Amino acid sequence: MRDHPLTVYTPESPLRQPAKFVRDMIADLLASRELAWRLFLRDLSAQYRNSVLGYVWVFLPPLVASLPFVYLNSTGVVRMGETPIPYAAYAMVGTIIWQTFVDALNSPLRTLNAARSMLTRINFPREAILLSGLMQVGFTFLVRLVLLIAVFGAFALEPAATAPLFFVGMLSVVGTGFMIGLLLTPVGMLYSDVSHSLPIASTFLMLLTPVLYPVPASGFGAIVSALNPLTPLVTTTRDWLTTGHVAHLGGFILVSAVTVTFLVFGWVAYRLALPHLIARLGN
Amino acid sequence: MSADIIVRVEGVSKKFCRDLKRSLWYGLKDTAADLLGGHSSNGLRPDEFWALDGVSLELARGECLGLIGRNGAGKTTLLKMLNGLIKPDKGRIELAGRVGALISLGAGFNPILTGRENIYVNGSVLGLTTKEIDSKLAEIIAFSEIDDFIDTPVQSYSTGMQVRLGFAVATAMQPDVLLLDEVLAVGDAAFRAKCYERLARIRDRAAFILVSHDTDQIARVCSKALVLDHGRERHLGEVEEGIRVYHDISRPRHHTSSFEQSAEGTIASIASCDDTVADGGQFTFSISLELPALVSVADVRVVFWGDDGLPAFDAYTRTQGYSLRLEEGTSKVTLTVGPLTLKRGRYAVSIAMLNRSNNLHLYWGDRIRTVEVDGPMTGAVPYTPPLTCLSITAEP
Repeated sequence: MRDHPLTVYTPESPLRQPAKFVRDMIADLLASRELAWRLFLRDLSAQYRNSVLGYVWVFLPPLVASLPFVYLNSTGVVRMGETPIPYAAYAMVGTIIWQTFVDALNSPLRTLNAARSMLTRINFPREAILLSGLMQVGFTFLVRLVLLIAVFGAFALEPAATAPLFFVGMLSVVGTGFMIGLLLTPVGMLYSDVSHSLPIASTFLMLLTPVLYPVPASGFGAIVSALNPLTPLVTTTRDWLTTGHVAHLGGFILVSAVTVTFLVFGWVAYRLALPHLIARLGN
Repeated sequence: MSADIIVRVEGVSKKFCRDLKRSLWYGLKDTAADLLGGHSSNGLRPDEFWALDGVSLELARGECLGLIGRNGAGKTTLLKMLNGLIKPDKGRIELAGRVGALISLGAGFNPILTGRENIYVNGSVLGLTTKEIDSKLAEIIAFSEIDDFIDTPVQSYSTGMQVRLGFAVATAMQPDVLLLDEVLAVGDAAFRAKCYERLARIRDRAAFILVSHDTDQIARVCSKALVLDHGRERHLGEVEEGIRVYHDISRPRHHTSSFEQSAEGTIASIASCDDTVADGGQFTFSISLELPALVSVADVRVVFWGDDGLPAFDAYTRTQGYSLRLEEGTSKVTLTVGPLTLKRGRYAVSIAMLNRSNNLHLYWGDRIRTVEVDGPMTGAVPYTPPLTCLSITAEP
C-alpha cells in the first residue's frame, strides 16, 4: 500500500483545526504549481487558436481605452492637465497599469466560472485555478510591456532610474485587484450580479482614479483622489517608471499591507466556500 | 481504521434545497458559518430536503460496491462527498489512500486542444506528475485506441472516443479508491468489456464504487450492493438481494393492460389468470369466448416480457405443431404453460388467440397482466433451466 494519509470529511468547520487547515493550505499551494502551469499553458494555447488576429487581442484593450482620451486631449476639447511626459505616453502607461489591475480583478471569478465543470466533478488542489489565472494576468502584462517599450521609443523617452521598482508597483497593483476579485468570488459564483457589475464598476472606477489624468491639485477631484485607495497604487507605480518622483509612497505601502492581509483572508474564505458553492452549483 | 478497510462512511447526510434563490442564500450562510468557525443548522430549513439521509458503509481493499437506486436517489451526491467535492451535513467519511473518481468523463478536456495535450492536462488534474504521465503515455494511448486521432483536437472526437480517453487516463493513476458514476454506459460493448478487464486487474489493490442502472453489470462486477431510495439506505450487503430490492422500488416501470382487442363479431376476454408462478411451476389462464362461427384451426400464443422489455419466452401452439378447434357460441378455453424455470422477478404477459385461416386475432392482449415468478436470482438471462448432475465417476 502506498503511504497515504487518512482523509476525513466532516460537517465541522475546518477552522476548528487551525494547524491542520494552514498545513493543508500550504501543501495544496505547493501541489498546485505544476497543475496551474499546465492549465495556464492549456488556456494560452487554446485561447487564440481559433482566432485570426491572435495576440493582437492582448494589445487592443489598453490601446482602445487610451486613444479616445489622447484624441480629446490633442483637440483641446478636454484638458487633462500638465503631465510630466507627453500626454499620449502618459495615458498609455496609465491604461496599461489600469488594464492589468482590471485583469487581476476579473481573474478569480472568470477562471473559476470557466472551470465550473471541472470543479464540480474532480477534486484537485483548488489553488491551481487561481494560480493559472494569475499567470495569465502576468503573461498579458508582459506582452503589453512590449507596447509600452514601443511607446517610450516612439516618444524618445528615457525610463526613470527607479524603473525597476515599477515591477514592484505592478505586483501590488495585481495583488490588490486579485484580492478584491478573490473576496468577491464566494458571492460572485452564486450570483451573476457580481460578474454583471464588474465591467461597469471598473469603467466607473477608472474615471475616478488618476489613470488618464494627473492627481488634481484642488477641488472635488482632489478629495476623491485623496480618498481613493487606488490613487497611490497607480500614481506610485507610474511615477517609478516615468519620473522617479514619488508623491504617495506612504499610501502605497499602506494599501499594499492591507492587500496582503486581505489576500490571506480571501484565500481562507475561498477554501471554506468552495464545497458549499459546488453543492449549490449542481452539475 | 483497520488495515483492510479503506472507505468508511458513518451516518452521512446531505441536504439540498428545492428553491434556487433560497439555495444560493443558504450556500452563502453556510460559508459564513464555516468562516466564523461555527456550526450550520442541523435541521432542515424551508424548502430543504435530505438528499442523503444517514448512510453508512465500509469497504475493504478488493471489494466492489454497486450503488443502485432510481434517479435522484442520492447516488451521485454520495460519490461527490466521498470525493471531497462537497461536505456532509452530518456524519463522517474516512478514506485511506488516493481516490480516483470518474464522476464525469472528460471533465477538464479542452475541446480545442489535441488528445495528447489533453492527456497531460487531465493527468495533472488527477494528480499525476509530468514524469508519471510521460511514462504512461504510450499505455494510455494504446488503451484508448485513438492512435490515429491523438494529435487531433478533442472537439472532433465522438463521445465514445472521449470516454475511452478519460477512462484510460483515470485508471492510469492507480487509485486506491475508484469511484465510477455510470461512465461506462457510453462506450461500445467491446470497450466496456475491456474496461471491466482493466478494473478486474486493479481490483486487488483498490476498492471500487460503481453506480449503474444496469443491474446485470452490477451483478457481474460487484461483491456488495447499496440500494438507495430517496436518500435512504434500503439495502446494504448481498448483491442479488439488492437487485431484487431495487426492482421492487422501481415497480411502476412495469406497465400493463396497454392494449386489448378482438376481431369483429367475436367477444373475448381473460376469464382467469395466475398472478404468481412458483419456481418450475405452471402458468395457467383461461379465455372466455363468444364466436359467431366455427373456427376450425385456432392458435394461442403467450409471451412473457422481462424487466428490460425483452421477451423471456414465446410459447406458440403453431410452432409446437398443433391447434385448437373452437365451436360457434360461448365457451371457455383454459391453457397452461410450463414448467417455467425463469429468473426471479416480475414479467408482463401478452396473450393472443388467432384464426389461422385468415390470421385475424380472436383475442389480443398486449402486456395485460403482471406475473410474479419465483426462481433463482442469477444472471442476465431470464431462462434458467434446471441443471442436473448425472454422475461423477472416478477416471483411472
